[in-house]
Amino acid sequence: MSSRKFFAMTATTALLAIGLAACGDDDSGGDSGSGESLSGSIRVDGSSTVAPLTEPVGELFNEEQPDVNVTVGTSGTGGGFEKFCAGETDISDASRVIAPEEEKLCSDGGVEYDEVAVANDALTVVVNPDNPVTCITPDQLSEIYGPDATATSWGDIEGLDAEFSEDLDIYSPGSDSGTFDYFTDAVNGEEGAQRTKDVNIVGENDNATVTGVSGSTGGIGYFGFSFFQENEDTLKALEIENPETGECVAPGEETVQSGEYAPLGRELFIYPSAEALQKPEVLEFVNFYLENVNEIAPQAGFIPLTDEQLSEAQEKVATLGGGGSEETATE
Amino acid sequence: MEARDVLSSSRLAAALPRRLEAPSPRYGEKVIKGLLLTCAVISIATTIAIVVSLLIPSISFFQEVGVFEFLFGTEWSPIIQPASFGVLPIVVGTLSVTFWGLLFAVPVGLAAAIWLSEYASPRWRRTIKPTLEVLAGIPTVALGFFAFTFITPLLQDVWPGFLGDEPNIFNALAAGLAIGLLIVPIIASISEDAMSAVPGGLREGAYALGASRMRVATRVVFPAALSGIVASIVLGVSRAVGETMVVLMAAGSTPNFSFNPVESIQAMTAFIGVVATGDIPSGTIKYDTIFAVGLLLFFMTLMMNLISIRLVRKYREVYE
Amino acid sequence: MSYEAPRTRLATAGARSTTSAVLTDQPRGDVVRGRIFYALLLFGLSLALVGLALLLIDVFVDGSERFGVDLFTKLGSGFPENAGFQNAIFGTLWIIGGVILFCVPIGVGAAIYLEEYADGTRWWNRLIEVNIQNLAAVPSIVYGILGLAFIVRGPLNLGFIVLAGSLTLALLVLPTVIIAAREAIRAIPPSIREGSLALGATQWQTIRRQVLPASIPGIVTGVILAISRALGETAPLLLVGAATFVTFNPTSPFTDGYTALPVQIFNYFSRAQDEYLTLAAAGIIVMLVVLIAMNSFAIWLRNRYEQKW
Repeated sequence: MSSRKFFAMTATTALLAIGLAACGDDDSGGDSGSGESLSGSIRVDGSSTVAPLTEPVGELFNEEQPDVNVTVGTSGTGGGFEKFCAGETDISDASRVIAPEEEKLCSDGGVEYDEVAVANDALTVVVNPDNPVTCITPDQLSEIYGPDATATSWGDIEGLDAEFSEDLDIYSPGSDSGTFDYFTDAVNGEEGAQRTKDVNIVGENDNATVTGVSGSTGGIGYFGFSFFQENEDTLKALEIENPETGECVAPGEETVQSGEYAPLGRELFIYPSAEALQKPEVLEFVNFYLENVNEIAPQAGFIPLTDEQLSEAQEKVATLGGGGSEETATE
Repeated sequence: MEARDVLSSSRLAAALPRRLEAPSPRYGEKVIKGLLLTCAVISIATTIAIVVSLLIPSISFFQEVGVFEFLFGTEWSPIIQPASFGVLPIVVGTLSVTFWGLLFAVPVGLAAAIWLSEYASPRWRRTIKPTLEVLAGIPTVALGFFAFTFITPLLQDVWPGFLGDEPNIFNALAAGLAIGLLIVPIIASISEDAMSAVPGGLREGAYALGASRMRVATRVVFPAALSGIVASIVLGVSRAVGETMVVLMAAGSTPNFSFNPVESIQAMTAFIGVVATGDIPSGTIKYDTIFAVGLLLFFMTLMMNLISIRLVRKYREVYE
Repeated sequence: MSYEAPRTRLATAGARSTTSAVLTDQPRGDVVRGRIFYALLLFGLSLALVGLALLLIDVFVDGSERFGVDLFTKLGSGFPENAGFQNAIFGTLWIIGGVILFCVPIGVGAAIYLEEYADGTRWWNRLIEVNIQNLAAVPSIVYGILGLAFIVRGPLNLGFIVLAGSLTLALLVLPTVIIAAREAIRAIPPSIREGSLALGATQWQTIRRQVLPASIPGIVTGVILAISRALGETAPLLLVGAATFVTFNPTSPFTDGYTALPVQIFNYFSRAQDEYLTLAAAGIIVMLVVLIAMNSFAIWLRNRYEQKW
């Protein structure tokens, strides 16, 4: 029957298409740069803040070592640690240090690791360019973002521009991000505690904070430095008053690296496991990461490591990897 | 039907001469029937699996948080401290988006249905009906994208001052309108089905008495098809309640006990999506919230589906 | 019995209303109202059509600058200039392949059972039918939860691999396939079956040689419609692990780490840089083009092979 033949043809075509798809990714091309050609897969998971750094590194690494597949998940810092301590991932991306409960989880699971800094970040508080306020203290931020905060307009906050009394239009990232955890810990004193009334939670979509704050005179929001850099022409970053020195500090490379930009300056980490580093491709990847991270960091909107931070990180990796690394770090 | 019954009765089968019997032994038929039954039973297994996967973590959730507090509390903040587990804000969020969606979809869908069934010439029907079906096939990411990049800015631009604040960057109305677009084909198609099922005799009788087309459509056909129309609306509501991507992309992540269309809300489905792909470790009470909310969602849509199935059966029975 | 009662009631009501209208209202008033009504109907209908048009225009305007061959040749990337959809497209192809392999035999098998073998008066067969209708309307994210609990973790414990995504989506569209296949099988008149049986064929022979071949166009149409739905589904895949950012093509159903076209579009949508928003729109164009092609093919198929009994 012709309909049978037709059906058979369709099925064959479909199978052919799938077959071609399967063969389609064999575009390995020749030289793999340095050393021998490695293969395998590296599973990274964790913070969605660090991912924009790990992903480009993974891609560049894949160009040098086409047979190594790097997967970068974004389950969040906490979710990443959970998988890491269960042995499901090789490296955990983290936008904060590992918490005590997570340390215990890892020791229970027999996972040895070390904390390797890969970049610095400035948690940036942004407002509308028409907002006259230039400097804000963590306490004033707490009056806006704290769990018990009730301020509804800029005039409600003591100590800022007395004439500016626009309504507050508050934006916040989702509660499942490391940025949220870090900000609430640093400003409100308790991780995860934030105001819920009259706050626009943008979830994953930091783009919405950008659009919202730039479109609303009384807008205020916070996110990582990279988003601010992307949108410098439509947003204004507030200077944060350093609680110790009392000086207003703007976010930037030097201020973060020197530690002046407090308390919203932070380090971003990767946590490789000792077991994973025994695999040559993982060790190569982590070394590659550290060698190239200071170039990639500004492109991804982060602040590079200082020389000291970098050499400390590379030493940690060398120790954890059992001292068998083929390439010594060059600076 | 009768021939098959007659043939299968064993007396006749035994009476047939040997050469007319089927070459394969009869027990093969039983095997095949069994295999096919297994296929059909997979659907039952799926339902059981859904219920089990939702129920078990929900039970441990409800041991910590009382059912009453969950169902009737008005503060939903399972992750942001201080924690609170009253589910009503996200239920209201879902219902708000659904409401604004229906406000668009019901008049538009019914208008399309009446036009298709009572007014349209066959040539127009052939073009317009499939075009409406296209709406039903648009991927929901595209609708969410459309709501966020087009509808929201448009609403912000044309929002009249007397209605108060202009819409937020995330708002229930934009998501509602996009969902409304999505469910117009459901309402239009099932309502038109119901109206077409009204016997021609009823219409022709009314025309013979001198009724205008509008009168026939509104006084005769519409009431006759009412149960089918209501079924279509219930099915549309069910679809809107279960929709995830549009609300995730356009309505926001702020649990908000409000039907205000300009405010940002969080729907039940969006909540599940955000938490399941996010940071929270599994096995904790915060994570188990997605199962409790999922269970509630499942029950709501189940109820609505059962109602609409019954209504559809009712209108089909009357005329067949 | 009382099937006549509603019909009579409606006819009477219609007649009463019409008669009173004709006798009391001005005919001209009726004409005017009729015209206004007609205009309102067209207006309502046009709202839907205009909405559809606006959506298509918006997507095309936003995405056309990035639409080009390199969407298909470039993989997902952290650098927007280098980003494309190749691995997402391959991921989707793998997933859909798995969905077809699972859904077609089981869906058609279930449909054959329900139409040819099942005794409609038995309670368990009615339960299966109602159950399938309910499953067709369960929110897609609940299927995601099911996949997460049973396929990725739980009994099957496959992990976040392509096959898990396939199975989850297969369960989601299975009711659609069953319903469509049932319609196709039901459309075949009983006389065909009876003729076959009268010639001495067994029930299975009748199905295999008469019913199935005749219903294949309808079944294929239904499968294509189910696949169209599966192509656009995002929410279940988010839960079942397609949301990771991968930069390589999947090579087998067991590849750990994959993405799919709608999920990649959502990922790009959520990123900060504006170029990603354009990319997302371009990806939507790709998806719409594929869907239109598939649906047109299904309609052509249905028209070509439709048999009038």
